[in-house]
Amino acid sequence: MATVRIPPVLRPKTGGQPEVEAAGADVGEVLRSLTGEFPDTQAQLFGEDGELNRYVNVYLNDEDVRVLDGLGTTVKDGDTVVILPAMAGGAS
Amino acid sequence: MAIDTERAQTIEEIEPFEAAEEINGGDVVLIDTREPHEYQEAHLEGGKLVPPGLLADEIGTAAPDKSARTILYCRSGNRSAIAAAQLQQLGYENVASMSGGILQWQEQGLPVVAAHGMTPEQRERYSRHTLLPEVGVDGQVKLLNAKVLLLGAGGLGAPTALYLAAAGVGTIGLVDDDVVDASNLQRQVIHNTERIGMAKTASARIFIEGLNPDVNVVEHNGRLDASNILDVISEYDIVVDGADNFPTRYLLNDASVRLRKPVVSASILGFDGQISTFVPFEGPCYRCLYPTPPPAELAPSCSANGVLGVMAGTMGTLQANEVIKLILGAGEPLVGRLLLYEALGTRFTELKVRRDPECPICGENAEEIPESEMGRFPDYDAFCAGAGGDRQSIA
Repeated sequence: MATVRIPPVLRPKTGGQPEVEAAGADVGEVLRSLTGEFPDTQAQLFGEDGELNRYVNVYLNDEDVRVLDGLGTTVKDGDTVVILPAMAGGAS
Repeated sequence: MAIDTERAQTIEEIEPFEAAEEINGGDVVLIDTREPHEYQEAHLEGGKLVPPGLLADEIGTAAPDKSARTILYCRSGNRSAIAAAQLQQLGYENVASMSGGILQWQEQGLPVVAAHGMTPEQRERYSRHTLLPEVGVDGQVKLLNAKVLLLGAGGLGAPTALYLAAAGVGTIGLVDDDVVDASNLQRQVIHNTERIGMAKTASARIFIEGLNPDVNVVEHNGRLDASNILDVISEYDIVVDGADNFPTRYLLNDASVRLRKPVVSASILGFDGQISTFVPFEGPCYRCLYPTPPPAELAPSCSANGVLGVMAGTMGTLQANEVIKLILGAGEPLVGRLLLYEALGTRFTELKVRRDPECPICGENAEEIPESEMGRFPDYDAFCAGAGGDRQSIA
């Protein structure tokens, strides 16, 4: 099982949980177990073509999966998958 | 005291004018037996600092020849006399202590090397900085000469401005077109209840000027857009991004890459914060990290979603720390690293951010874009329409 870190904007879709345990041999499988358990996250993570939305960064531990093998990046037990959309809050 | 009596009988004491003659004649090792902060304020030319507590460890390096003429001085002559006795015990053969110390030396009009570029008031004000080897007098002078622009005098900008002002950053520019609102005061600690309704730049100026008269505050009471951003940021060394909307963040990125200005960028929402430092062409830019912004429904603002007030303090002071390191050239800024802070779990996470060779702004094949295109991204118009026409405020 991997730990998926849920960003604040997606937490309403995961019942408020900041972290979710999810199974899968690679990043794509882990994220699909997440969307299986919390279907409302599907449209925000994946486009209609099944690819990750460009505005969502996904990291395996501390590395961007785009510089690894993308959704095919192997996930080991105990790894952390970080979902990171851009945030702009600051001033107002 | 017994030790004084003993020392008086066994060590040679010379007057400042005698010491000056010997020093001018050459072949003298001159040792300053005070503490580093005293030395930094003023010392005799050629004097080598060996603090009393480090005498046994450091004298061998400062004065390797035990037969050389060695003159010691301190503030008023006590510490140097004790040190002289210790040196004799260590085998130094020709030691003298300068009576009256640097105080009497200066009273007699003899020259000292003083901390350049700082007034006596500044040496006092910044003494806890100049004690740090990473800062010192040279670093403090760099801070006093630095020009930093803060985008937003709100949540992040407030604590950043306070600490940069306290640190003596000489010019602080503030960009904001908003006025102080009661709902700001839960986190925007540079403003106060009496100044509700005042322009945020004016309110921040009052606080900063009260904190530190060394700081020149420049108010940019308005919005940055493609027509003015290059002119505004070209006046500054470093830009601090605390903007509350994506169009401004992309605009700042594109302009700062073109002008090669480092940007310290942070954002906060709820109990979460993130921060990175973008140094153009040395590390990734904001677009390398976030090629496109999320759709409006995934980009809530603090006003819609709420934010823990102290998050502004945590992330804003981290921004101030990054700025100061960039000015000093000290330490490791967050270049190529994104630091996430999750306050409910009190957890920091560091992620790697790499330059994107395909980046349209700083990538290998990036071409200079016209100014009208700066800050644009795919679906920009749809995004801005979705986010509401008034979202371009950087307040």
